[in-house]
Amino acid sequence: MTADMQAPPVTELGRARPRKEDARLVTGKTNWTDNIVLPGLLHINFVRSPYAHARITRVDVSGALKVPGVVAAFSGDDFGAEQGSLPCAWPVTPDIVIPAHPPMATEEVRYVGEAVACVVARDRYTAADALSAVEVDYEPLPPVLDIRTALDESSPRVHEAGNKSFEFLMQNGDLDGAFRDAPVLIERTYRQQRLIPSAMEPRSVVGWNEGDEYTLWSATQIPHVLRVMLALTTGIPEQNIRVIAPDVGGGFGSKLQVTAEEVLALLISHKVGHPVKWTESRSEGNLTVHHGRDQWQRIKLAADADGRIRGLDVDLLADMGAYLMLVTPGVPLLGAFMFNGIYKMDAYSFKCTGVFSTKMPTDAYRGAGRPEATFALERVMDELAAELGMDPLQVRERNWIKHEEFPYATISGLTYDSGNYEAATARARDLFGYDALRAEQQRRRDSNDPVQLGIGISTYTEMCGLAPSRVLGSLSYGAGGWEHASVRMLPTGKVEVVTGSSAHGQGHETAWSQIVADKLGVPFEDVRVLHGDTQVSPKGMDTYGSRSLTVGGIAVHGACEKVITKAKRISAHLLEASEDDIEFSHGRLHVRGDPESGHTIQEIALATFAAHNLPDGVEPSIDSDATFDPENFSYPHGTHLCATEVDTETGQVTIRSYVAVDDVGKVVNPLIVDGQVHGGLAQGIAQALYEEAIYDDEGNLTTTTMADYLLPSAADLPHFTTDRTETPATTNPLGVKGVGEAGTIASTPAVVNAIVDALRPLGIQDITMPCTPERVWRAIAAARRSAPGAQVTGDSQTVAHGTVGHVSGDDAAAAHGGAE
Amino acid sequence: MTKITVKVDGVTYVDDVEPRLLLVHYLRERLGKTGTPVGCDTSNCGACTVHLNGMSVKSCSVLAVQADGGEITTIEGLANGEWHPLQKAFHTEHALQCGYCTPGMIMAAADLLRENPNPTDEEIRDGLEGNLCRCTGYQNIVRAVRRASGTEVTAQ
Repeated sequence: MTADMQAPPVTELGRARPRKEDARLVTGKTNWTDNIVLPGLLHINFVRSPYAHARITRVDVSGALKVPGVVAAFSGDDFGAEQGSLPCAWPVTPDIVIPAHPPMATEEVRYVGEAVACVVARDRYTAADALSAVEVDYEPLPPVLDIRTALDESSPRVHEAGNKSFEFLMQNGDLDGAFRDAPVLIERTYRQQRLIPSAMEPRSVVGWNEGDEYTLWSATQIPHVLRVMLALTTGIPEQNIRVIAPDVGGGFGSKLQVTAEEVLALLISHKVGHPVKWTESRSEGNLTVHHGRDQWQRIKLAADADGRIRGLDVDLLADMGAYLMLVTPGVPLLGAFMFNGIYKMDAYSFKCTGVFSTKMPTDAYRGAGRPEATFALERVMDELAAELGMDPLQVRERNWIKHEEFPYATISGLTYDSGNYEAATARARDLFGYDALRAEQQRRRDSNDPVQLGIGISTYTEMCGLAPSRVLGSLSYGAGGWEHASVRMLPTGKVEVVTGSSAHGQGHETAWSQIVADKLGVPFEDVRVLHGDTQVSPKGMDTYGSRSLTVGGIAVHGACEKVITKAKRISAHLLEASEDDIEFSHGRLHVRGDPESGHTIQEIALATFAAHNLPDGVEPSIDSDATFDPENFSYPHGTHLCATEVDTETGQVTIRSYVAVDDVGKVVNPLIVDGQVHGGLAQGIAQALYEEAIYDDEGNLTTTTMADYLLPSAADLPHFTTDRTETPATTNPLGVKGVGEAGTIASTPAVVNAIVDALRPLGIQDITMPCTPERVWRAIAAARRSAPGAQVTGDSQTVAHGTVGHVSGDDAAAAHGGAE
Repeated sequence: MTKITVKVDGVTYVDDVEPRLLLVHYLRERLGKTGTPVGCDTSNCGACTVHLNGMSVKSCSVLAVQADGGEITTIEGLANGEWHPLQKAFHTEHALQCGYCTPGMIMAAADLLRENPNPTDEEIRDGLEGNLCRCTGYQNIVRAVRRASGTEVTAQ
């Protein structure tokens, strides 16, 4: 057998492999948490608060206990101190207010849907029936629903300590100098509406306490973090807790959480002596899965007359909701590093105030802080271009970091390792047909076409691959950002890979197999990837922040390198050669210059297993662990161009074309990368056009179902044209960058910029998201009323002055011809 | 309790069920047919789509008693010795990520192709409007249905 015959395809990295995971997913052989059945399994259902804010004066569960089939029923007091307080792992400032957050409320409820009691029954129908037999008395308290007025002295309080959780300030450069006498000042207030992540799999939990052991199956993104947090929250010794994330049906951040139901499932199982299951209904989930976004963003930009940015001043109000959950306060702060985007500037200020309301807490949702920042920045870049009468691509190019300037230390304190904004933009421009569309836009404007054409641009970057542990520490985050992997060489030559990065749709089993096949030269099919069970995968930091490949994948790569190093030593012994003379390529170890001499890594695995002839002092194992802690974040970037047709008579927006050129560095599997981009685009476009979580003025969520909360269907989304440029990351050995959130981060401003671009001749400068036909139509109607037939250019400085500030975002939009 | 007789994925079952029992819960919890998941409670998402007497239905919106005498095919019964062309196409085109919507999406797509064997992209998008996917942005689902229909899948 020659080395050539042994050689696997050299293109394993970068190969469009259909996924290993699919075999069970397309045939229904899946293992969702809700599928789990155990002997004696009981079902939990929760009584939830119908009030946004109320004092609990009485809970009586005795009626439920009389319902046949009901085994137990509990109120919050039944759990006492043992239920602890749900954790917030990111105290962003030293004086942050982190209110107690019992998994089941005992004294006060602070959002509609907060659990106040539960019923445990033999089946899910009985548990649901018995809910109505639980009596709860409330003394309603005033809700707090608008964070723009929540900090007023006269506002009711969500918590005794008041409605402010924290204020975070970061400044670099001479801001006053940048704004003083600036020829161009733009000031805008943008609204980041509240979103519901809406993973297709509802949350589901199975808890089982037997003796000392506690096992929790959960539809979670974070089995490892959850295990630590359950131990800290409940006092159950960590070594007695096993967390299993079986097949998990999407997360998008919503399953990056330590939930009340997870904690309570373990405690209830302990109390009733049976395994217990809880699976939310979608309506229950919309109320009680953490929400995303929800910010008021005031952004001020100072520029020179030629469009060069001098300074940027950002002031955010971020709605925390009723409590701080796992990373609630950290989410808006990730934006602190991203409001400057790909641009150079002299000075930058970021302020964020976290404010409590009587709504479901917010937390990570795809992009987590970076979409919000990118939206405001890319929107205001278009405003700058309009102010100066420049092409919005030109104004971006004037300010962006040139490809020869990398690595580049940004005004917000990050160092971007690599990028090429020119290349991505040039490619996107070509694919889009930018000049032809601009010409068509002019024709439609000239002919007063009722359907106007708009072109939206988003030249984004983002920080992902969370994260260098030291940086997280400096930001007061409660954990590190490393990831762990093990590579086990089995006697028969097959390979087991254990990853701490737990997938829920991302395709780790396939991508990790490709990394291992490429590195070790073993067949792709011979690699098995294990994850998602803390007894199988004992260490991990889990999956969020587009970190899996750039941290977890690199850990796998690192473990492979250690396997090779160990194998070389044994190979040298068997070949009676010096270890320094052993080369490894295409899966073979051989003496340098004599590829016929050696053996495969699988043969070394078998020889190691037999251990009959190992060098002295060498343990009989070439299995290896690696833990990778990145030295920097990952900075994917790209240029997205969106063309919308806006019917000025109906307000209907149609995306005519969408081009996304992303640079995610080296690509392991282009099928998976394209899929991530497509899905990301869908969610970002959905924020622009469709989705909004709406609370009424009593604090009831009115979008509790998929009939009310508009997730786009296939008929609502366009075909995407995607392409890539490739600037390898310089901070990891594979040159890879994160891709999971890029599409979501980039696309929202591209769409809204396109809509505003279509309507700018009417004097419209903003439309509040989601840009529904009604809002677009009202904006057009208002603009025509205020200036019939006029080409209002929108003097942002004069218009903006009276209307900026957190109190008047809607009014600002209206004054600009926008509408809620 | 009401006695029903149903044939599910080729096997006949006779069961006493509560009249209020949803077909999807009957499939999942009585028959262990957990390949069909539940994604919502308002029949919007389509994750629970199965075929009842050859037509796609959302099994969260059908009572088990309504299926009495009927023949049901779930995702678990779709393959016939080898994967159904849609199962192959979803795999080849990377038309799934988390896979939670996939059983319903494939069952709905099968019904769509029964009615319209050569759909255009637009017809596929309209035809699958009742099935939501949060991961894929639908682009590869459209390609997969085109592939399964035998229509040429154009390069991206």
